Amino acid sequence: MAATDSTGTERTVRVLIGKPGLDGHDRGAKVVARACRDAGFEVIYSGLRQSPEAIVQTAVQEDVDVLGLSILSGAHDTLVPKIIDLLEEKGMTDVLVLVGGTIPEDDQEELLEQGVDRVFGPDTDINNIVEYVDREVET
Amino acid sequence: MFDEERLREFLEAKGDWEEGTLGEWLEGHPERKETFETLSGYERERLYTPEDVEDLDYEDDLGFPGEPPFTRGPYPTMYRGRHWTHRQIAGFETAEETNERYKYLLDQGQTGLSTDFDHPTLTGYDSDDEHSEGEVGRIGVAIDTLDDFEDLFEDIPLDEVSSSMTINSPAPILLAFYVALADQRGVDREKLRGTIQNSIFKEFIAQKTYALPPRPNIKLVEDVIEYCTEEVPNWYWANVSGYHTREAGGTAAQEAAFTIGAGMGYIESGIKRGLDPDEFAPRMSFFYVSQTDFFEEIAKFRAVRRIWARIMKDRYGAESDAARRMRYHVQTAGESLTAKQPMVNIARTTIQALAAVLGGCQSLHTNGYDEALSIPSEDAMRIALRTQQVIAHESGVTDTIDPLGGSYYVEKATDEMEERILEYLAEIEEMGEGSMREGMLRGIENGYFEQEIVDSSYKWEKRKAGGDLKKVGVNCYTEGGEDTEIELFQANPETEERQKERLNRVKKERDDELVEKRIDALREAVENDENIMPYLVDAAKAYATEGEMMGVLREKYGTYEDPGVF
Repeated sequence: MAATDSTGTERTVRVLIGKPGLDGHDRGAKVVARACRDAGFEVIYSGLRQSPEAIVQTAVQEDVDVLGLSILSGAHDTLVPKIIDLLEEKGMTDVLVLVGGTIPEDDQEELLEQGVDRVFGPDTDINNIVEYVDREVET
Repeated sequence: MFDEERLREFLEAKGDWEEGTLGEWLEGHPERKETFETLSGYERERLYTPEDVEDLDYEDDLGFPGEPPFTRGPYPTMYRGRHWTHRQIAGFETAEETNERYKYLLDQGQTGLSTDFDHPTLTGYDSDDEHSEGEVGRIGVAIDTLDDFEDLFEDIPLDEVSSSMTINSPAPILLAFYVALADQRGVDREKLRGTIQNSIFKEFIAQKTYALPPRPNIKLVEDVIEYCTEEVPNWYWANVSGYHTREAGGTAAQEAAFTIGAGMGYIESGIKRGLDPDEFAPRMSFFYVSQTDFFEEIAKFRAVRRIWARIMKDRYGAESDAARRMRYHVQTAGESLTAKQPMVNIARTTIQALAAVLGGCQSLHTNGYDEALSIPSEDAMRIALRTQQVIAHESGVTDTIDPLGGSYYVEKATDEMEERILEYLAEIEEMGEGSMREGMLRGIENGYFEQEIVDSSYKWEKRKAGGDLKKVGVNCYTEGGEDTEIELFQANPETEERQKERLNRVKKERDDELVEKRIDALREAVENDENIMPYLVDAAKAYATEGEMMGVLREKYGTYEDPGVF
């Protein structure tokens, strides 16, 4: 699985799975990380309780194509917009931003308006996430 | 269980059946699958027969209810005497809202209270801390000071209703709030009944609401064991939890083994403080999940009781039944609930609750059908409680003790579960070079537990994605009804501000000099490695905040960083 970088060279798709906030539920984040790794992407996992700043910094440093954020606690409406703003500040507008977790429908629409590319709710098949990334990241 | 002659005759008959009736039938009627596996991935045979219980020794392996090894139940009359405690968890927004939910549940016939705290409270931050932004009152109730406890338990008689508090790293602080509240109300500490989860091993293994690093945190667990044994003798100093191991994706055997291993770690901790297991072990309870694979769960419940009774006697020399009897709370599996076709969750929860009851639980929480979507609504909680009441009062399964005992299948499944659990325990013991306390710590430090769980969880997810593991409404029977409109609990956006204002008011009204003095005393106790419980109670009474007390511990012990194993 490959993406093209700024110089036009093909390289492996790089995915950062981030866990912002205090929430310790990391099962979903880890399963998605494993599925992405199995699919041949290069995967970085932030570990728990990362600040929006720390997550965006890692995204910049690792020059990722995809940022997957996993949130169960309901703090998405505070944390996700913050992360999107920080990404814009850093000029990381091409990053595919995905959110997974328990996100009420109304909030999902809001997140999409704010710049999230896709929200994957509970019961999502891991293959769907991998296929989505594969399709959406320019190769 | 059978004499050799009878067994030989039986085996011949079984052979005839396999070759004859079965063989012929299979030619025209193939089975649905080549192999049949449980939810945890353990293979199941077509049929269980006397052959599978041939080595079963009734007295040693089962015994009578209320007698070791308690396979058939921890008490001699079980539910014929009294039903399990219907203990629904509550906890959201601020103390006032949660107190209202408590009163509602008590009015509905609930018999014990159980509290969930929000992330800042679980991880030892005040509501006005920058770490808490967006999390205050979200997945549980926000607690900052004794003032919150005063409202949380308003009109609730502390000497009559037992309270369970799901808190771990800051457990000593929350216990201090409870004791301080009891002292304030003039309730005798001996009359306090309830549980503080205080199950720190599983925080690093699965739930991840840790705050301090594992080793100093175990020291705090020991402080609580010692303090409770001496000061609050009817209080349960730990509720050793496996629920989260399973929810994080572990198998039934991992759940049971890591929990029993943790329990052994705490027993060794108490012994290290010079306490006698016969005295302190009876004030430790356990907490498991009940998943949808009915017989796997029943086998697990029967196996853990048997293992524990044997370990307590053989390894720790406990003589009393009270110390050898494993009692536990069960929660149905939040993980199993689906956001799609949410009303189907009522059926899942019913099966899980029934397995918990047939397994012999002492206390049960049934989940709300809407929990894959939000904090449960009042309606969802009422149906969940009614589910327990239907099982208790209508199903008849409570009239006979351990009605499945002696089933070829159940006994064989119990034996197999026991074997799997013992294998894990041996591995942990080896890591600790003979000490379970050390084995648990090293297994956390070297990522063993997390890796085991992540591997199982990924396998499980792939079985689901491949369609091998069926999930009604998710990977089969998905047509229609996915978007059932249900009334969801709405998080109140003003909660965070309200709680911050409240904390601000308490800080203004309290005697800052007194707070400082008591926080200093706590710091000194921490430095001198004393039992910090009495100092926490004093600080709580002065309205010191949880974050201030935790701050002292963080200064000394540091914080724990997620190693990020996946």
